[in-house]
Amino acid sequence: MNNYPAIVVIAPLLGALFAGITAWVEDRFTYPIALTALGIACAAAVADLCIVLTHGPIQYKMAGWAPPMGIEYRIDALNAMVLVLVTAIAFLNLVASFRNVQQETPDRTGAFYVMYLLFVVGLTGVVSTGDLFNLYVLIEITSLSSYTMIALGDKDRGALASLNYVFIGVIGASFYLLGVGYIYIKTGTLNMAEVATMMPALKESSAILVAFILCILGVFIKMALFPVHVWLPNAYSYAPVGFARIVAPLMTKVMVYAMVRLMITVFGLDYIFNTLDLAEGVVWMATIAILAGGVMALSQKNLKKMLTYIIVCEIGYMVGGAWLGNTLGLTGAILHIVNDALMTFALFLCVGNMVYRLGRVDISDLSGLFGKMPWTMAGFVLAAFSIVGVPPTCGFFSKWYLILGAFEAGAYHFAGALLISSLICAVLFFKVFEVCFFEPMSEGHGHGHAAVTMEEAPVSSLAVLAVVSVSLIVVGVYSGTIVDTVILPFLK
Amino acid sequence: MTEFISLIAAKYNYWLYVILMMIGLYAMIAKNNLIKKLVGMNIFQTAIILFYVSIGFKHDATIPIIQGDHGGHGAAAAAIKAADYINPLPHVLMLTAIVVSVATFGVAMALCVKIYQRYQTLEEDELRMRLSENKS
Repeated sequence: MNNYPAIVVIAPLLGALFAGITAWVEDRFTYPIALTALGIACAAAVADLCIVLTHGPIQYKMAGWAPPMGIEYRIDALNAMVLVLVTAIAFLNLVASFRNVQQETPDRTGAFYVMYLLFVVGLTGVVSTGDLFNLYVLIEITSLSSYTMIALGDKDRGALASLNYVFIGVIGASFYLLGVGYIYIKTGTLNMAEVATMMPALKESSAILVAFILCILGVFIKMALFPVHVWLPNAYSYAPVGFARIVAPLMTKVMVYAMVRLMITVFGLDYIFNTLDLAEGVVWMATIAILAGGVMALSQKNLKKMLTYIIVCEIGYMVGGAWLGNTLGLTGAILHIVNDALMTFALFLCVGNMVYRLGRVDISDLSGLFGKMPWTMAGFVLAAFSIVGVPPTCGFFSKWYLILGAFEAGAYHFAGALLISSLICAVLFFKVFEVCFFEPMSEGHGHGHAAVTMEEAPVSSLAVLAVVSVSLIVVGVYSGTIVDTVILPFLK
Repeated sequence: MTEFISLIAAKYNYWLYVILMMIGLYAMIAKNNLIKKLVGMNIFQTAIILFYVSIGFKHDATIPIIQGDHGGHGAAAAAIKAADYINPLPHVLMLTAIVVSVATFGVAMALCVKIYQRYQTLEEDELRMRLSENKS
């Protein structure tokens, strides 16, 4: 039995411990420790994926306790893929954000890296666990570390944004916990696979219906689906940029993963789509989320805020796709977890670079940025095209699956919302490009341009941006392979 | 009517936790003071802990420490009936949940301290006023 599933979670945990101890002595040493820990976690996640793809799912018994008593980590193709995504983005962001962290929180770098590692522990744990209660604890670890990190950000509003997030986050997690309680009353077990085996007999139970609604509601709150999204824009835009870069692409996506896991593995698609009559309502909610997210993004003057509303919009894509009730929609939703994480990561990398040079990113401040930061802007344009859904970037392919799924399910309103949101995103980004492309109207206008001085972001950050930009196209081109080898076998 | 009362009486633990939870939720939404909101949050979480603890209860059962087997009085004495012991698992789960809620409460208190140091107030309407002043 190999120990890779445990290493993915434990490497950052031990890293956080050691980094915390060394931070007492000297802040400087925490960075290499964090880098090593995440490097090991990333390698183990890749090893996991290779094993899962060749030998099938791994059942890992924590500390050797057999499943009904002990906690089980179950890694299948979906987990393994999301694990690689999470650890790789966490690692790359650490490489890219070294300077940003020094600039924004110079006296707290040690604390920053410790909380960063704990955040990754939570995310990887949520993705790998096969136990319902363990999922709750890990969601709370993730949330607690992000509360503290957000408070490290903006001096005026960081703490307030974080406190609002605490209130809403606690309600979400508590609803989920309550749902787990009802599942436990009816089944007497907390292991996801075991609950799934008992589900067919419990179809008519109203307690299970309550459990399902509470669990899904809790996850919706944590992922910021439209009516309960209010915490997200402030929390993510006032967080320190080194952290916003990882929380924005990963937190919501991991919660979407948790929803997909609950739907497929615990309650079962048969129960959700054949016994219950909720799917249509949720697809309508997702449709409204997409449109509302897009419209609110249009009215933002700050680039960071605008991007956070685009996240709200993208959450609608994935929730709607998962609830369409056909394989195409689910494929699109799962593929979009990967693609959206990469796209959002690329966008926030660029925003981080801009913040590093300009200090603030109101859209009106960005004029002339194509001259000043050509490489960052090149990455930004590519990521924006991907969000809009221009082939061959990856955003196009998942949207394609989602639209096909919507047509198959007859949810034309959802397909319409997807197309409209593409248009809105196009308008949004071209508005930004327009400002960035033209020089500011300076005093000496008409006397020829002064030489534009290039002020690029640190090389490490640009290198990571290059890697992610290439991955946007590579994942796009190979999305057929991903669907065939990972997603379809999982959905069967 | 009597049916209704007996329905409430039979499942009173559920009614109790729902009422407590709603009190907490009300405080979180309606109160103006951040500390009062925090207290509401704590009530909300405690209600769920109460719910979990109550589902482990059985009538005529004792704490789950195995009695009766003092070095081989025969197999009959060693036979353990699950119905004689309350279910310890929900209680153990709640130990973890209490730790989580304490941690959340601690973080939230620290945030309140930070907000107070910056704005010298914890009333939400005053905070909102100060924020809009800052903007202009």
